Amino acid sequence: MIHFIAGVVTSANYWFIVLRSTAPILLVTLGAVITAQAGIMNMALEGSMLWAALTGVIVSAATQNVWIGLLAGIGASVLVALVLGLFALKLHANPVLSGVALNLVATGGTVFVLFSLTGDKGISSSLASKVLPSLSIPVVKDIPWIGKVVSGQNIVVYIAAVSVVVIDLILRRFAIGRRIRATGENVEAARAAGINPVRIKFFTLIISGILAGFAGCFLSMGYTSNFTSGIAAGRGYVANAAQVVAGGTAVGSIFAAMLFGLTDAMATYLQNIGLMPELIQALPYAVTILGFVVVTFVRDRREAERKRKLFAGTAMQKEKADAA
Amino acid sequence: MNYIVRTEKLSKIYPNGTFANKSVDFAVMEGEIHGLVGENGAGKTTLMKMLYGEEQPSQGSILIDEKPVSLASEFDAIKAGIGMVHQHFMLVPSLTAAENLVLGKEPKRKRTRTFDLAAAVSITEELSKHYNLPVFAKARVADLSVSMRQKLEILKALYRGARILILDEPTAVLTPQETEELFVELKTLKQQGKTIIFISHKLKEIFNLCDRVTVMRDGRMIATHNVADVDVHQISNEMVGREVRFEIARPPMAPGEPALRVRELSYVDDFAIPKLKHVSFTLRRNEILGVVGVDGNGQTELVEIITGNEKALSGKVFAYSTEVTNRSAGFVRRCGIAHIAEDRMTVGTALPASIEQNLLADRYRNRQFSTRAGFLRSREMAAYAGRLVHEYDIRCNSANQPVASLSGGNMQKVVVAREFTANASILVISEPTRGVDIGAIEYIHTKIMEMRSAGKAILLVSSDLQEVMALSDSLIVMHEGEIVAYFPDAAAVTDKELGLYMLGIKRQSDEELRKVLHE
Repeated sequence: MIHFIAGVVTSANYWFIVLRSTAPILLVTLGAVITAQAGIMNMALEGSMLWAALTGVIVSAATQNVWIGLLAGIGASVLVALVLGLFALKLHANPVLSGVALNLVATGGTVFVLFSLTGDKGISSSLASKVLPSLSIPVVKDIPWIGKVVSGQNIVVYIAAVSVVVIDLILRRFAIGRRIRATGENVEAARAAGINPVRIKFFTLIISGILAGFAGCFLSMGYTSNFTSGIAAGRGYVANAAQVVAGGTAVGSIFAAMLFGLTDAMATYLQNIGLMPELIQALPYAVTILGFVVVTFVRDRREAERKRKLFAGTAMQKEKADAA
Repeated sequence: MNYIVRTEKLSKIYPNGTFANKSVDFAVMEGEIHGLVGENGAGKTTLMKMLYGEEQPSQGSILIDEKPVSLASEFDAIKAGIGMVHQHFMLVPSLTAAENLVLGKEPKRKRTRTFDLAAAVSITEELSKHYNLPVFAKARVADLSVSMRQKLEILKALYRGARILILDEPTAVLTPQETEELFVELKTLKQQGKTIIFISHKLKEIFNLCDRVTVMRDGRMIATHNVADVDVHQISNEMVGREVRFEIARPPMAPGEPALRVRELSYVDDFAIPKLKHVSFTLRRNEILGVVGVDGNGQTELVEIITGNEKALSGKVFAYSTEVTNRSAGFVRRCGIAHIAEDRMTVGTALPASIEQNLLADRYRNRQFSTRAGFLRSREMAAYAGRLVHEYDIRCNSANQPVASLSGGNMQKVVVAREFTANASILVISEPTRGVDIGAIEYIHTKIMEMRSAGKAILLVSSDLQEVMALSDSLIVMHEGEIVAYFPDAAAVTDKELGLYMLGIKRQSDEELRKVLHE
């Protein structure tokens, strides 16, 4: 078993799959990060992904143009985020409950639309949908091992990598990043500074909608070449846990998403050697949640430790003062 | 001189029918410091909210530079040159002072349009120098002192081009020394041509700082005076419509046996800051022990731990012979400790609940009010609540109206009525008169003295230095979570001297501090 795993983790193919499974979760985690920074939890990421995946497939099949399909998918995803914004920010409904409601609508709604169009409740294979292209990177592709891992990935994998940079820039380099943080941390202060918190939150929701749109389209037009019911498979939910593991930063999101990607890729291999597939498929989620628990636990412990040390420090000062 | 801000017959009626401002003609001259005084509920806050665009007038008009303006939001007010320093600072703790200053109006690099942190820092430092308001531009706000945060708030308003600054009770959180410093700075701002509207409860400050003062009462403007032409008594008469007693009758009384003993209490907060370090003292019967200190030096935590609302890291608390350390608030109450919480809105009362329910919150299970089977005796409860409402002069239409509908002073009377009739032998009182009108303050002070005469042991925490000094028999001063001074006779110490201890400039020897143990 150990032998088998060791063989897997040294193979270029494994790492190729790791990047491929990391990409969608990375995109939604970034979306969760930016909305969380603005103080709103985008619980509807799952629904965004589902509608994006389905819309992408339908529109690309109808237009026979994969890019129009991708754009439509992203549009659908952003629309879900905007509806969440409407419920939570304009109509003051509970954002988490609204998000869950939107996800439930998406779960049933996508299947309903799929069935209406194709007569099939499970898969869109009867639609002649398109697939997003893979890119082979000149020069890099010729590097042994690394070329096999990095080059030849689907375009969305590279978009995910670029997104990390973009989100990092937004959060740390542009004024809007300060405004997002101010809104998330002290909404009154933001308002007093002439910032419109609702607009900031909508802005982050739209960004997260775009990211979830890419992720959703990738699932049905790259990762696989069909829409299947429940294709998002809880990634939108896991993103909100991964966001905590990421510590609210774009770079942290890479680690959080990798945690998912590494186990997800490993699960593919483990399935081949006949381990219980249901159990194996649960692994990436379990690991992310475990990461969430560990990170929270470690943070709390560190905090407590810091407190103890600080206090010991002051106690020592007092002893010294007493002695003197 | 010109009026820079003027209101004409400005009225505000809230949707629930409350007449908050009635035909107010308020006028501020350019380049003056204008004091605004009045009891709570007199309409000062409403007036300022209308000037800052947070509320819309029902009638009348606001004129800036003698031109009518409509201020639909804070944004319009800022554009019109009005800046406000709120009582609760509008700052983002994890961002630096410079980032907070430019928030919403950030300097950007020419080419990349990215946030220019270096420019933000230099803007902050320049403004800070120009207006002589020192702040650490590069420090995170979380690490700044309260007085520096306040200066940052003033700078923020100035950065946005404020010509008129509204300061809402700015001295409430400052030590006497910091207050004096602020006054010097405000006078400098005045010399630089800024106009300042200064809201305060403390008449002494108005007389030290302001050129003119406007008195409000019951939503009306009573009068505007040149400060030089009036005295404290006239102003306070106008505020309450009668003579106010500043002196508190205090029958001489020897403290009795130890009631509340606190030993070596330590506490660290969620941000890993030690808030209490080995705090020890003894409170005796017939004694009012005042706790003095700048807000945030451990007083809140001390009270919360004693009353069972927070858990100590180490140390012990005894109510007479019973140890109550880290027990539940209910247990602590049963041991005879009553508690007037510093925040009556969130801890002291349940706002949507009725006056009656609030008055009976800790005793509805007594046989007097509920049957053995657990049914409430509503008639007894109503009668009891009616008696307390009458006895404690709670001004309301009925004991069934929600506490939220009461003014600050009457809300506090509900808390006082409940706690003072709780049959407790120890009273822990926090901020008994914060944001309460003068009439109610006087009433509460009298009640506290009555409790002392009745043999209660009273721990009194208040950020109003004059109040603690006037009421207390003895004083302890807290600085950074430690007791740094003990004065067995509160009458023998001046506020200046207390200020030195409050700021940590002076500290008594351990020998002197041990006296507070009374062992």
